[in-house]
Amino acid sequence: MATSTIVERPALVRQKRFSETYIGQWLTTTDHKKIGIMYMVTAFFFFVVGGLEALLIRTQLALPDGKVLDPQTYNEIFTMHGTTMIFLFVMPMFTGLGNYVVPLMIGARDMAFPRLNAFGYWIVLFGGLFLQSSFLFHAAPDGGWFAYAPLTECGVQGVNCIPATPSINMDFWALGVLLLGISSIAGALNFVVTIFKLRAPGMTINRMPLFVWMTLVTSFLLLFALPSLTAASGLLLLDRHLGTHFYQAAFNGDPLLWQHLFWSFGHPEVYILILPAFGIVSEVLPVFSRKPIFGYTFVAWSGVAIGFLSFTVWAHHMFAVGLPVVAQAFFATSTTLIAIPTAVKIFNWLATLYGGKLSFKTPMLFALGFVAMFLIGGLNGVALAIVPFDYQVTDSYFVIAHLHYVLFGGAVFAIFAAIFYWFPKMTGKLLNERLGQIQFWLMLIGVNVTFFPMHILGLLGMPRRIYTYAPDLGWNELNLLETVGAFIIAAAILVFLFNFVTSLRQGQPAGSDPWDAFTLEWDTASPPEPYNFKTIPVVRSRRPFYDKKNPETADWKVAVH
Amino acid sequence: MRIPLFRGKIRWGLLPLALLLSSLLFAACGGNPSILNPAGPVAQDEANLFWFILGVATFVFVVVEGLLIWSIIRFRERPGMPTPRQIHGNTTLEIVWTVAPSIFLFVVLVFTIRTMFQVDTIPTGGQQLEVTAVGHQWWWEFDYPTQKIITADDLVVPTGTVVHVKLYSNNVIHSFWVPNLTGKTDVVPGHDNEKWFSVDKPGTYHGQCAEYCGLQHANMAFNVIALPPDQFATWVSGQQQAAANNPQYARGLALFKSKGCTACHGIVGVNLNDFNTQPQTLVGPNLTHFGSRDLIAGGVLKNTPENLAKWLHDPQAVKPGNDMPNLGLSQSEINDLVAYLESLK
Repeated sequence: MATSTIVERPALVRQKRFSETYIGQWLTTTDHKKIGIMYMVTAFFFFVVGGLEALLIRTQLALPDGKVLDPQTYNEIFTMHGTTMIFLFVMPMFTGLGNYVVPLMIGARDMAFPRLNAFGYWIVLFGGLFLQSSFLFHAAPDGGWFAYAPLTECGVQGVNCIPATPSINMDFWALGVLLLGISSIAGALNFVVTIFKLRAPGMTINRMPLFVWMTLVTSFLLLFALPSLTAASGLLLLDRHLGTHFYQAAFNGDPLLWQHLFWSFGHPEVYILILPAFGIVSEVLPVFSRKPIFGYTFVAWSGVAIGFLSFTVWAHHMFAVGLPVVAQAFFATSTTLIAIPTAVKIFNWLATLYGGKLSFKTPMLFALGFVAMFLIGGLNGVALAIVPFDYQVTDSYFVIAHLHYVLFGGAVFAIFAAIFYWFPKMTGKLLNERLGQIQFWLMLIGVNVTFFPMHILGLLGMPRRIYTYAPDLGWNELNLLETVGAFIIAAAILVFLFNFVTSLRQGQPAGSDPWDAFTLEWDTASPPEPYNFKTIPVVRSRRPFYDKKNPETADWKVAVH
Repeated sequence: MRIPLFRGKIRWGLLPLALLLSSLLFAACGGNPSILNPAGPVAQDEANLFWFILGVATFVFVVVEGLLIWSIIRFRERPGMPTPRQIHGNTTLEIVWTVAPSIFLFVVLVFTIRTMFQVDTIPTGGQQLEVTAVGHQWWWEFDYPTQKIITADDLVVPTGTVVHVKLYSNNVIHSFWVPNLTGKTDVVPGHDNEKWFSVDKPGTYHGQCAEYCGLQHANMAFNVIALPPDQFATWVSGQQQAAANNPQYARGLALFKSKGCTACHGIVGVNLNDFNTQPQTLVGPNLTHFGSRDLIAGGVLKNTPENLAKWLHDPQAVKPGNDMPNLGLSQSEINDLVAYLESLK
């Protein structure tokens, strides 16, 4: 904060310090907005990296007996695609968005721990670069983003499972996720304290914007889920380097220990990747429907319910490992239960549209696209909870269809809704609407052309994580179609990058409140001053800025909160 | 103006639906490893659940996407539209749409758990065959402890019989999957997993490892070959014999002994005394009846003399990273070895 105020004094006659130069301002900043932007730019860079990896995968699989990648490279690429997209794109993207938006939404001047915040960002950057640098050493992780032991201990080329593999590929992975975990814990703690302690006067928990709610739930999920991953990777490193045998059956260890530890992180993780998206959609839909969110309490608490239930469903990733039938019945039940709060959210979003005045600006298109696509990811997710059917389709392309409808049709659509929605706040300029619409339609088509056929390929018996397939299995046409779809998505991303660069330079000025929005972040300049608000606003309802603009029909006058 | 727009949307909406249905039909009719083309009771139960959930999901899909598209059209912003009424919620509606999906999901859950107990319980009566499927990196070995025989890549079973499969691995986790016959069960080191399936009609069914198990996970396939019980009995008695020893192929046999093949491969009557029905300690497949098999090299190739010659010429070119080194054989040596191995019916 202090550094930035010095910068604004024009007549200071002395040599600029490094922290006052343009570069220095970014490198030394503890301003939540600058850190948020750095998070998002970094995450988008890794999105492009992960996207290029996806294109390599689809190119290899376009035709049977593909020769574009050798098997080792393919295995590295699919491992890094998953790891990058989850740990280096979606997670830091939501952390960045939250960083930028949450303090503004709750009427705070910064996050509770600005230096810890900066620390978290730099760890993500260097952790990410550390992971990707493995390609330079021809030692990219090759054991899958799920890193199942004992494969990750024997090395993928091993004859029999001998611990202490000579290759360092999976060391990059284990150390990388440990580093990124430190950053996530720092970020999550910061969000929890910020949200609990720094809300503007009158902003009770039950008046917080839903994006803040979902960030809060996500932060608790991170705090409770990550230790499990830390323990798992720690034991993996001990096995690999210090001769312990936690995951080695031959030495009375147990390979399933890894899976239990990993998935008891991994399933909350799935909701860490999607709850902030729920939050974004719950902000965007009301503004572009000109109505408040329908059933605020139910939308908020269904998110909390999902958070709790997400810790009880992990073994649905393990229906094929031979768990006792009664345990499987338990996990099938908990997985079915978690669909209920999710359905409640979808119905509330639909009810928000009902009777509204819908304006189809790009953020709204992406939010509607999210609802349409996420529904498919929800339905095929319920199908995967049907244990005997899961025996058939787990580890097949059906699962890839499911997770991409959730994470691409879901999280990525929500991320673009958020970018188009908050870009004017961050830069003072609007992204181009026409280009945004072109990008949206390309993405909607691309996602369905790429991922829908994967359902069918799974039903046709195509397993995951294969670098090649024989031409006589009936999988050729659909694979080619998916590759075409992947390049349509790539075209959509190129349109976005073009839009981003041109709008940044010569975009239409946005003003402080281009969408006639409801929440506090729009009740200040775009971009906001380092201190966010000249005076801290006083909040009397869930839509403080709406109240300010519509004093006659303010929520606190007509609605009970 | 509004009506043609509406019709246009519907037409566009029907296109993916038509695509979906036609591809499902394709999936159900193809002779390929499709789970919708079941050839035994286990896969049949699993496929029935699919059609059930497809019905439920399609209903929900049509209703919800329909409501979404209807709202988009009905409530789109038009000139002169008044500010909407600011509705904050309705508790009755919330209860309705919490209870409604709960009922749906409860029904789904009941079918799930019922079928799960059905397919997970290994039947005790009737014809039984016990087999141990051993997952290697990257090929399948099949041991028949009662019959005392060993095969690789081909799992031969009689029709109408409960095939009780025990799953064993001493390396990494694999997963046993034959889409037409049964879903997956993982082969986990240190865990005595087992499963069952039964085949209704004779035929060859594609199986494949379904858990990522390393470099050549993609090339870890096998065939389940279902024979009528009498043919199966004939096959078993053939497999129980020691290897054929036809003097015509003596040169191939000599090469097998001298070129180092015996370090990894066993042939009963050559370097093995009998079929060791315990998971074998030799790294490579038992070749005693190699010539009778459909597939070689973990299902990478069909078993033909040309393919075997290709394999022997440079195994690493066919399946990079597998354990078989290039033995540097000359063309005539390859010809002799191929002739010998293919004679081992």
